[in-house]
Amino acid sequence: MINKKQPKKILLKKGRIIDPFSKKTFIGDILIDNGKIASIKKNITSKDKNIFKIDCKGLVVTHGFCDIHVHFREPGREDKETLKSGSIAALAGGFTQVCTMPNTNPPIDSPEHVYYIKSKSNNLPIDVFPIGAVSLGQKGEELTEMLIMKENGAIAFSDDGIPIQNAQFMALALKYSKMTNLPVINHAEDIYLRNEGVMNAGPNSNNLGLKGNPSLAESIMVYRDLALALSLGARLHIPHISTKDSVGLIKLFKSKNKLITAEVSPHHLYFCDDDIVDFNTNLKVGPPIRSKSDRKKLIEGIKSGIIDCIATDHAPHTIEDKETTFNDAEFGMIGLESCFGVVNKVLVKDNGMSLKSLIEKLTVNPRKIMNINRDLFAVGEKAQITIFDPNEKWVFSEENIYSKSSNSPFIGHNLVGKVKYVFSKDSFFAV
Amino acid sequence: MLRSKHLIGLEHFPISDLNKIIDTSFKFKEILNTPERKINLLKDKTIVNMFFENSTRTKISFTLAEKRLGADSINFSASTSSVKKGETLKDTVQNIESMQIDGAIIRHSHPGSALKLTEYIDGSVINAGDGSHEHPTQAILDMVTLKEKFGKIKNLKIGIIGDILNSRVARSNIFGLRKLGAEIVVCGPSTLLPNDISRLGVNVTNNVDEVLNWCDAVIALRIQLERMHLGRIPSKREYHKFFGLTYERISKLKKDITIMHPGPMNRGVEIDSKIADSDNAVILDQVLNGVASRMSILYLLLGDKSNKI
Repeated sequence: MINKKQPKKILLKKGRIIDPFSKKTFIGDILIDNGKIASIKKNITSKDKNIFKIDCKGLVVTHGFCDIHVHFREPGREDKETLKSGSIAALAGGFTQVCTMPNTNPPIDSPEHVYYIKSKSNNLPIDVFPIGAVSLGQKGEELTEMLIMKENGAIAFSDDGIPIQNAQFMALALKYSKMTNLPVINHAEDIYLRNEGVMNAGPNSNNLGLKGNPSLAESIMVYRDLALALSLGARLHIPHISTKDSVGLIKLFKSKNKLITAEVSPHHLYFCDDDIVDFNTNLKVGPPIRSKSDRKKLIEGIKSGIIDCIATDHAPHTIEDKETTFNDAEFGMIGLESCFGVVNKVLVKDNGMSLKSLIEKLTVNPRKIMNINRDLFAVGEKAQITIFDPNEKWVFSEENIYSKSSNSPFIGHNLVGKVKYVFSKDSFFAV
Repeated sequence: MLRSKHLIGLEHFPISDLNKIIDTSFKFKEILNTPERKINLLKDKTIVNMFFENSTRTKISFTLAEKRLGADSINFSASTSSVKKGETLKDTVQNIESMQIDGAIIRHSHPGSALKLTEYIDGSVINAGDGSHEHPTQAILDMVTLKEKFGKIKNLKIGIIGDILNSRVARSNIFGLRKLGAEIVVCGPSTLLPNDISRLGVNVTNNVDEVLNWCDAVIALRIQLERMHLGRIPSKREYHKFFGLTYERISKLKKDITIMHPGPMNRGVEIDSKIADSDNAVILDQVLNGVASRMSILYLLLGDKSNKI
């Protein structure tokens, strides 16, 4: 996928340029010189023979996507994913920036660990921003050195898959992190209510005899975190919400606290628990795929702006982690390569969301949450560009996967919209 | 000689009494600097020092002040007393009171314990620290030190850095210094700042450089290392880097500032050795002023009018 020979000058011709920063849309050209935006206007002509031209007719040219929730498994489980393999998977999905979760082995819970991720990512084809742990060893007991971690490149704080159960500790974490102006991300789930549930609690879990995880396990914790953040005036980001009650609570609290943000994952928008009839372990994920009515509310939530952005929660697992019983299988699925085809199909094609609005949820909105939003189409900016065909119909298959793992429930599914080219960190890629 | 009978805290303490204590402290300091170092103004008085909580310098400072004034003093510490046997505070102090004492110094881990004591005994009560509430004699010795250095307190700019949430020294200094017209900025990690602290008439920040560039004098508070395990601060390293009075930080300042610390210090955490031992540090002056100001307090609360200094 990565082109070995990189042309110095590239001219993108006649693409539909959708700029989510300035909110302008027009058919036009972009000239990239030495990895930077040299010119962007309706028509760029040049007789320079060394210019590499790409015909973008019928394609959309926009900011590189940004995924604020990925697991690249390094250090510790390089058999599942590495920073490098994860980066290629990200590029294939049109992502030029990602934020990696700290639940590695060891977890990213010190400035030195943050520095490790940053320095290992320097030469990768995308920007990797490490999210640091909130607590030492993700144990929810002692704070990490958030201030020094920020200096070393931490972009947010989260104990990721391990929800912070102790409300007092959560309050202290929100309070302390205020000094960093970085968001705290808490996997909102009451582990006692989850009670070892492996799928959404409801008629389907009853039929299958699988232990259910009630939607209340999430929404109770979402309420707690929202109330704490409001009372402390703290920044809180709620990851991968899955229930209709969470959407309602976030709507309510957003009216009182401008510092609250939320994300939803493509799989929660695409699937519902009716799809888990055959114990497909690739649909085992935390939080679980919820009911039809939850899915409907999530779609409404992202359309109306209650939910700020889309994040894949890309979670690679080995074959043996998934080729087992539903109870024993690991939670999580990969999601970078399939993301755009999934959300474009669900939101734009099936539910009437505008493409412009979808692009915001993949570009400026996630960047705003992480304080990295910039005018990427300004002349002189390093090119971070994603070019996709919004109408191409394709079947997602193993061949489309660049991740080291292939635990995707989307394999065999008809998707709409495909990423074609990506510019990132001085390089050009044809997917 | 004062309007007040007790010294429980500075929040409700009359300004005139506070000024009188501070001014009289300088007279006692003069006496401490003479070869005799003694003035028997309280020679017929009996004072009990009740330390229900550990203390080194405050206890020594009070004991010395009592001796320099010629008072009879007895010491009581919780670890060697019948408190260990389950006696209540009320019974303990009333037993001591019945032995005819004129004044009681109390340190206790519970806020309000000094005030409670005034209900149980007839003599004067001096608070030597009640939990996280007040430590008025420390604040008074700080004010004496500031006045000695600057000649005034009004309009002085004072920074207080550290664990404001749990500090009785910070509270008493805020009450006292505000009363006398100083401006105060408190600074510390947000987890160690009470939510409503600005209601006490102080400004609040997390940026220590901002405070140091602004202030005339800074009071660094002792950071209690057990706070780390309670999830309030992550490490000594991070505290030192972002809130410590480091040599790097202080040497960059455009003007000299006075450095204060109530002790005991964690060198290398809230204050660098180079700063604690520098010419701008008045930390050891604070200690001697502690004896002088406690003599002043004891004399003004317990002394007879006829015994003029």
